[in-house]
Amino acid sequence: MTAPIADKPPVIRLEGITKTYSAGGSEVHALRAVHLIVQPGEMIAIVGASGSGKSTLMNVLGCLDTPTSGSYTLDGVRVDSLSRDALADLRNGKVGFVFQGFNLLSRTTALENVELPLLYDRAARWGDTAALAREALTRVGLGDRMHHQPNELSGGQQQRVAIARALVTEPTLLLADEPTGNLDTRTSLDVMALFQALNEQGITLMIVTHETDIARYARRIVEVRDGRIIRDAVVTDRRIAADDLRAMGALEPVEAA
Amino acid sequence: MKTRTLLSLAIRSIAKNKMRTSLTVLGVVIGVAAVIVMVAVGYGASRSISDKVKGLGTNMIVVTAGSSAAGGVSQGAQAFNRLSIEDYQKIVRESTLLAGASPVVLTRAQVIGGAGNWRTSVNGVSTAYPVIRDWTTSSGTFFTDDDVAAMRKVVVLGGTVAKNLFPDTDPVGQQVQLRNEPFTVVGVLATKGQTASGSDQDDVVIVPYTTAQTRLAGRSFIGQILASTNAPEDLPAAQDEIRAIMREAHRVATGDADDFTVRNQTDLAETAQATTKVMSWLLAAVASISLLVGGIGIMNIMLVSVTERTREIGIRQAVGARGSDVLRQFLVESIVLSALGGLVGVLLGVTGAMIVGRITGWSTAVPAEAIPLAVGFSAGVGVFFGWYPARKAAALNPIEALRYE
Repeated sequence: MTAPIADKPPVIRLEGITKTYSAGGSEVHALRAVHLIVQPGEMIAIVGASGSGKSTLMNVLGCLDTPTSGSYTLDGVRVDSLSRDALADLRNGKVGFVFQGFNLLSRTTALENVELPLLYDRAARWGDTAALAREALTRVGLGDRMHHQPNELSGGQQQRVAIARALVTEPTLLLADEPTGNLDTRTSLDVMALFQALNEQGITLMIVTHETDIARYARRIVEVRDGRIIRDAVVTDRRIAADDLRAMGALEPVEAA
Repeated sequence: MKTRTLLSLAIRSIAKNKMRTSLTVLGVVIGVAAVIVMVAVGYGASRSISDKVKGLGTNMIVVTAGSSAAGGVSQGAQAFNRLSIEDYQKIVRESTLLAGASPVVLTRAQVIGGAGNWRTSVNGVSTAYPVIRDWTTSSGTFFTDDDVAAMRKVVVLGGTVAKNLFPDTDPVGQQVQLRNEPFTVVGVLATKGQTASGSDQDDVVIVPYTTAQTRLAGRSFIGQILASTNAPEDLPAAQDEIRAIMREAHRVATGDADDFTVRNQTDLAETAQATTKVMSWLLAAVASISLLVGGIGIMNIMLVSVTERTREIGIRQAVGARGSDVLRQFLVESIVLSALGGLVGVLLGVTGAMIVGRITGWSTAVPAEAIPLAVGFSAGVGVFFGWYPARKAAALNPIEALRYE
């Protein structure tokens, strides 16, 4: 287990983040004074029951939402007071999303789905976007499914397409929201194995989940309750998804991987 | 996102829902087609008027009597029939800019001969008349100055009269009776067709004005004097000259209004065309209402589309699409929709104009500039009616859009 590289500036620095919604006249405190520092190369599981504020935390971390107060620095950029457009550019450049429901564009091939974030790059940094998308799909083991549409792919394959889409822009942070929520055990392990492999390659990962089994594949667990971080600990009994897959007696190859 | 990417995105999204697309586009198709047909009818009418006016003769000037004002009350043209052969003769004698002039003695008579009889207009004119009216004979010749001087009973038949009285034979050399007087047919006029107002120009017989005055009309006044110049540039000067001669002939005091009217064919054409122009604008305005309805149809479908594709919008926003990217995507889509409708509408409109022309016998013509204009205008409809749905799409909150079921 490699320790987080401490001499680099953190990927994420949250200081006193609060988020308050007003719902039906009363105020809902989704986040109350959250502090969190994430170093490059970490793999963190954010756990908590529904309503604990972990989704709000995820939205703030993913630059989909801005906090009511506090400061958020992502890869050296102050996020908390940015405009809508600046947030969109930041998501495009620094964040990769993986969702529970995959959120792929229907009637659009895997290749085009993966290419999508590259097309929204304002600086037009990417030359051959199709080649980059192919590369990303090969990286998640879907080199032979590029021209399939989501409805022609299994759940696990769809999630791999989504992971490829998140990876293709070489983001600073990969955010996964319940990535295994719609998958069976074997496919879940498969996706977690892929995440662990990507993390070994140096990618910073944050996985929101309510499954403690899944959380144990991370290096660090952050538990949220009532809008506060109540536990932040290194995983001592970390599991390796590839080993578990083997232990399950995977006689047939898993999911076209 | 590049414009090319946006375009192919829009085309693909439109192609996904072919039935809906065709029904949405249909509104614009009908609107554009209606405008094109109406413009074609109007444009065709005004073009046929200017053709017909040209057919009246080249560089023609028409002098009519009237326009007299009695105590400040204008009596209008031809209030008094006060053109005489002397006026005509004075014009011929004194004018320097005219290529020719002819009086026109107007009357109607029954022409008897050949296969039966036919009631028609009789024009008593001089030999300059065919030159002024740019009119040739299809058979025989026009009568001569000698015929005019001798008041001979010779007649040139219009095409319609010749066809009715002598359906199978050449009338030249035959005898016809006008007001019980025997006339010899010396020629048949080449057919000219209808005037702008729909009357048959070939339903006429032409006789020397001298003969008409003595044998047929029985009066010394004439309906109008026609004249022509060699070149259109001479028209204004020639008109001024004729006015001066006529004022002298009628002894109109300096400061008094003319008791006659001098017009050229351009004036005639302008009057007729002004009317058609108003008509065709009115028709086009009525037709554009259907284009407006088509635009509302596009707006409606775009609003539905934005709602249906909320999740797609959320995904695009999550991977970094700005509001403006989403706005442009939906705007381009509605422009492609309406421009497609415009294109199909133009095709349908041009075909429709041809069919309308064939069925009604009106001349219809689609002006070339109407086609890019129609397509451009319908694309404009797309921008106008696509703006609100696109704004709505762009303003979606990414978190809520992603959660949308």
